[in-house]
Amino acid sequence: MSRSESAPPAVLTEGLAHRFGERQALAGLDLIVREKELCVLLGPNGGGKTTLFRILSTLLRPTSGKALVFGHDIEREPDAVRRLIGVVFQSPAVDRQLTVLENLEVQGRLYGLTRSALRRESREMLQRLGLLDRAGDRTGTLSGGLLRRVEIAKGLLHRPRLLLLDEPSTGLDPAARRDLHDLLDQLRSRDGVTVLMTSHLMEEAERSDRLAILSRGRLVALGTPADLKAEIAGEVVVITTPDPEALREGVRRLSGLTASIVDGTVRFEAQDGHALIPRLAEAFADRVTSITVGRPTLLDVFVRRTGHRFLGDGAGGDEGQAA
Amino acid sequence: MRGAVMAVGALARREMVRFFRERTRVVGALLQPVMFWVFFSAGLGASFRPPGGTGPGYAAYLFPGTVVLILLFTAIFSTISVIEDRREGFLQGVLVAPVPRACIVLGKVLGGTALAVSQAVLVLLLAPLAGLRPGPLAIAGAIGVLALIGFALTALSFCIAWRMQSTQGFHAIMTVFLMPLWLLSGSFFPADGAPAWLRALIAADPLTYGVAFLRRLLLSGSGASDAGLPSAGLSLVATLLFGAVTFGCALTLARRADR
Repeated sequence: MSRSESAPPAVLTEGLAHRFGERQALAGLDLIVREKELCVLLGPNGGGKTTLFRILSTLLRPTSGKALVFGHDIEREPDAVRRLIGVVFQSPAVDRQLTVLENLEVQGRLYGLTRSALRRESREMLQRLGLLDRAGDRTGTLSGGLLRRVEIAKGLLHRPRLLLLDEPSTGLDPAARRDLHDLLDQLRSRDGVTVLMTSHLMEEAERSDRLAILSRGRLVALGTPADLKAEIAGEVVVITTPDPEALREGVRRLSGLTASIVDGTVRFEAQDGHALIPRLAEAFADRVTSITVGRPTLLDVFVRRTGHRFLGDGAGGDEGQAA
Repeated sequence: MRGAVMAVGALARREMVRFFRERTRVVGALLQPVMFWVFFSAGLGASFRPPGGTGPGYAAYLFPGTVVLILLFTAIFSTISVIEDRREGFLQGVLVAPVPRACIVLGKVLGGTALAVSQAVLVLLLAPLAGLRPGPLAIAGAIGVLALIGFALTALSFCIAWRMQSTQGFHAIMTVFLMPLWLLSGSFFPADGAPAWLRALIAADPLTYGVAFLRRLLLSGSGASDAGLPSAGLSLVATLLFGAVTFGCALTLARRADR
């Protein structure tokens, strides 16, 4: 990790910690996000990803440790950091009384854009986000997906080098999610923007250059999705059953393997999972709805690294499962 | 510097746009004090004894206080948006922008002040109905004093709203704290002739001094006595101080690190 590069990384944290009273939300985090990469922060709710997001967006001061954005200390040079980052909040930070364009105008003024730059940039952002025909609409009348786009347009207006997004896919339908991913790809390839986003969707993590898994305030995994999956040898068996507890015990007795229960399914890693299927099917025929064998997914990496059975809330888990 | 001015201007302008888009707020802040003024001067006029025993009737007495009440209501209505901004998330977008906290507070407070003063000036036009005919100089002075009082009240209201989680909580504070602030400012009844404990409360009320200054300006030439009123110099200094302290508090609150 410690390479002597001349250009500072987009994000560097050292021993970053934050404590809310008794609760240690972040416990000594060391993380580097390289320039122009798409880094996804994955983790269960309360794992620390939102705390990290708030610290990097200069809203929250760390209790100890440090965080640098392109070499600028978030505590000592917050304004330098603020100029470099664009922040997209989970609940869009728009004024619902104002129109889309008026929101962009306020935003542009806060970032010191001149009138002509403001006109040029807002037009371009509205166009790129497909909002040109909604420019005069009050944001309070827009759907959740459109609001998210306004929020992204706001975040990009001053051409940040690092875009921070907090669960940007929440509340988006699959088509809108695809549009978002296309936009993020385009921002990186065309504009050289570094993207750091939190997510609880495996599908989104799969698209990242590197994935950081946070659990209980610690970094439990960091690497490319392929590398992380490669560390799980063999195959993963997933059994759907009405009685997962009993089946897990059955698997242990039959094969000696330890299974996890993830969103109501029994999952375990096995060197040659396919060879186990006939035995499992025979032994538990009356209790099994389906058995699948496959290559490990990020969900398996997640379960192994965090020990968590669920990702976020129930809804998030379902989406992760589908990935 | 230019950036800071632009940021303050953008935030202040936003306050005004928002305010005028919510017509019920405009009407509420304007109409209620005027209704108070009409009903109270009609109902209490006969039993009112002017300070010092001489001078114009209750309609004239209550007029400066009515204008200040409009400032207060407008200040409250405009700073309630602080709570909405926090709840709806707009505020965090502003907080991550490269803008000093002082500009964020100033934008909000100046926007609220401009609204409050413009509404109050509208009501100032009703002065002849109260039998008052202040000269152009007195009117110009009155607008200046209204700006000072409006600034202080908006900053005070900002301080209250900053930590509030709900607008209901704000309404509670308004009833038990901000309304008495107005009631005890010499707006509604004169300090002259009040019992000593009440006079002490009136003297302690920072709003008393702005109202007194406004009264001197608006009632000049009406034959009103200034019995029981603080001096013009004291009134001005106290009002400036009121604004400085409330703005200082607002700034301190906004600079404090986030939860």
